[in-house]
Amino acid sequence: MAEAVMNFLNTTLGWVTGALDMPSARAQVFGFQIGGHLFIEVFLLVVILFLLSQKSYKPPKRPLTNKEIDELCDEWVPEPLIPSLNEEPYEPPVLESAAGPHTVINGKEVVNFSSANYLGLVGHKKLLDSCSSALDKYGVGSCGPRGFYGTIDVHLDFEARIAKFLGTPDSILYPFGFSTMFSAIPAFSKKGDIIVADEGVHWAIQNGLYLSRSTVVYFKHNDMKSLRETLENITSKNKRIDKLRRYIVVEAVYQNSGQIAPLDEIIKLKEKYKFRVLLDESNSFGVLGKSGRGLTEYSGVPIEELDIVTADMGHALAAEGGFCTGSTRVIDHQRLSSSGYVFSASLPPYLASAAITAIDILEENPELLSKLKNNISVLWKELSKIPGLKITSSKESPIVYLRLEKSTGSQKDDLCLLEKIAQRALEEDSVFVVVSHRSTLDKCRLPVGIRLFVSAGHSESDLWRASESLKKVSAQVLGGHN
Amino acid sequence: MCPYTFKDCFGRPISSAPDAWFDVVERYSNDNNKTLKRSTKVSRCLNLGSYNYLGFAAADEYCTPRVIETLKKYSPSTCSTRVDGGTTALHNELEKFVASFVRKPAAIVFGMGYVTNSAILPVLMGKGCLIISDSLNHNSIVNGARGSGAVIRVFQHNIPSHLEEVLREQIADGQPRTHRPWKKIIVIVEGIYSMEGELCKLPEIIAVCKKYKAYTYLDEAHSIGAVGKTGRGVCELLGVDTADVDIMMGTFTKSFGSCGGYIAGSEEVIKYLKYTCPAHLYGTSISPPAAQQIISSIRVILGEDGSNRGAQKLAKIRENSNFFRSELQKMGFEVLGDNDSPVMPIMLYNPAKIPAFSRECLKHNVAVVTVAFPATPLLLARARICISASHSREDLMKALQVISKVGDLVGIKYFPAEPLKQYQDGKAVKYD
Repeated sequence: MAEAVMNFLNTTLGWVTGALDMPSARAQVFGFQIGGHLFIEVFLLVVILFLLSQKSYKPPKRPLTNKEIDELCDEWVPEPLIPSLNEEPYEPPVLESAAGPHTVINGKEVVNFSSANYLGLVGHKKLLDSCSSALDKYGVGSCGPRGFYGTIDVHLDFEARIAKFLGTPDSILYPFGFSTMFSAIPAFSKKGDIIVADEGVHWAIQNGLYLSRSTVVYFKHNDMKSLRETLENITSKNKRIDKLRRYIVVEAVYQNSGQIAPLDEIIKLKEKYKFRVLLDESNSFGVLGKSGRGLTEYSGVPIEELDIVTADMGHALAAEGGFCTGSTRVIDHQRLSSSGYVFSASLPPYLASAAITAIDILEENPELLSKLKNNISVLWKELSKIPGLKITSSKESPIVYLRLEKSTGSQKDDLCLLEKIAQRALEEDSVFVVVSHRSTLDKCRLPVGIRLFVSAGHSESDLWRASESLKKVSAQVLGGHN
Repeated sequence: MCPYTFKDCFGRPISSAPDAWFDVVERYSNDNNKTLKRSTKVSRCLNLGSYNYLGFAAADEYCTPRVIETLKKYSPSTCSTRVDGGTTALHNELEKFVASFVRKPAAIVFGMGYVTNSAILPVLMGKGCLIISDSLNHNSIVNGARGSGAVIRVFQHNIPSHLEEVLREQIADGQPRTHRPWKKIIVIVEGIYSMEGELCKLPEIIAVCKKYKAYTYLDEAHSIGAVGKTGRGVCELLGVDTADVDIMMGTFTKSFGSCGGYIAGSEEVIKYLKYTCPAHLYGTSISPPAAQQIISSIRVILGEDGSNRGAQKLAKIRENSNFFRSELQKMGFEVLGDNDSPVMPIMLYNPAKIPAFSRECLKHNVAVVTVAFPATPLLLARARICISASHSREDLMKALQVISKVGDLVGIKYFPAEPLKQYQDGKAVKYD
């Protein structure tokens, strides 16, 4: 057996060597000796190349057939467009007359603390006269955006007037106060920039921050220590900090708590860490400062230190719309890139003319400011004595903000209690105050509370009435609750 | 939007009401258009640029006295949000009126049209939802969609078959990366597209959306009040039942001569919006005189003021638009837009022709609006004409004359003009 295998092997070997040693195998090409083994090598090379060129095995792609897509589409069930509401939404009281310091609700006259009518200009004769003449001349609407014949001379007059009043080179007028901040922020801050904002800013600013796609860092509400730490953190951690634009966004008087921002400290921090400041003066314009020029006058900071100042005209100026003021370059940039300005119809001319008249009245009657300051301090003193409610707003803020001393733990229940208080105050004592309602989209986590907007048009007796009523009602509601 | 060289073509101030004829303030510049200063000179021009479709822009005999009365009663502003102390009896009346005009169960009104879109979409849509919007939608819709955090997909302008394709693909694929099914899908279209003048193909789009269970959102900023037999917008014009459109949005700036925007929908939707929409909770309520202007102008349109001025206005705007468009086309201009649409863009194509067209027309006392990048693609610049019911036939003839002359000068008659009209005695008269 072994012999047969050996014989077989020998003959195969002899055959192979014979084939390799064949005369044709010993050719000479280009001076190289080609042995027969070269054919084997070439053959192996060809086999290797063939295997490499084969595609690796991939499972075949099977796109969904039309029938399968149809089935998926039939199976898919969308959620309802809106989630079902478990409770009835809050129905606000309906005013039957102008929203002045006194107004009529359900046929009864009430003292109105729910309108941000700080200078008491609602119903002022001069304002109404200038509006009537503007309505006769221009009609109601402006029928076009600012770029396309919607710029009416009263708009330009107002912009010049407000710039002169505040001492800035230029200003720009927006058709709606709400849209001012959420158009101004994305016009300047883009993806990759850094914004440090107070956690208590209102929704329009939050939306502007979101739309700008910048990195937003919030600091503790009105806490300068937290702001300093945040700025320190950002500047030390970020190596590319010098190449990025950096902003601090604060409000002068916070809508959500009534606190006043310490502008001089913010300016010091801004200079140290080289940030730019955007200030929203909706509730401080026409209120703070010796002549009503806002937080800059009140804190003694020159307005040139601030880069962008915005304000809503629906508060002290008793008109509608908003404006933004700053250096010429800042304003010119917004005229081309601010979406709420370029893509929207402009402010109705009668409102611009009302605002100009309001500024005139403010300049001619500085006693309105002192009356307002007096009213605020009287009310603040009285309301700080209410058991169960605590004032969180600053002493000079025109928004007096009361929150529950002992929270129930859930915002919804707090809101319920506060609404009861406000409702009873309205029904029993004809004092109209409001509770801060929050949207589900609002990120602000500050406690809810009762807000009173103080006006220069309120008399001392109105203030007494309000404080007595709140004392009585809160004792009843909170005492019963406890 | 524009370099300094033709800055004077945009933002021209006016010093009168934006009616059919208005006063354009002349501006001069000492530094090559870097800054433009107002002069005291004005020129009386024909207004082809303002959105004044039904002619309510200036003082109106029915509306203005009522507006002034409301001004005296309620003052120009309530200084308060709707949910605080800004809801007056007038606001509630306005909402009921708008709902009945638009033929929906309920409506909610805001102080500004732009904010209406930007603040509603984040409330309705959130993470895990899909927004499919037309490629030429307005900036406010784009902003609102971005602010909502939902995924945005775009379908080719006004092509329902592409919308169907996108819907099928998206429902089958699900959310990106996780492939979970979408929570909800909403399709956003406009009634009349402001840069094209086209009507949206609403019946086909609604049919597609119903088939795939997507919600629909119709933005009627330019079409409400301007089209339709009784001015109720594209739904009336195209015969679509308003119950098929989930949310209808519109603005009052164009046809009603006022300001503000509205959303109309079912009672539940409006209740939910009143509960949580930020524009309702935090934005100042609409100015009472503006609200009264809307109510009065709707009354005029419906004929409830005792006259037939409303019907006359609606017929006039339709007649004017169709006449103007056909005449321009006969002259050889390339005019976009559908019949009955009061918006007609005249193509210029070359951006260098924009200042030429605009300035020459102004020299002849016709004020036109020219649109450049980025509102339109760079090489598709156009001049956009907005016809109004307050334009008389003579006004239109003058406009046609001037536009034809300037068109020849600038060279924008891209199509051959219609053959010259022949008179009986064989003499050809230039049809100008």
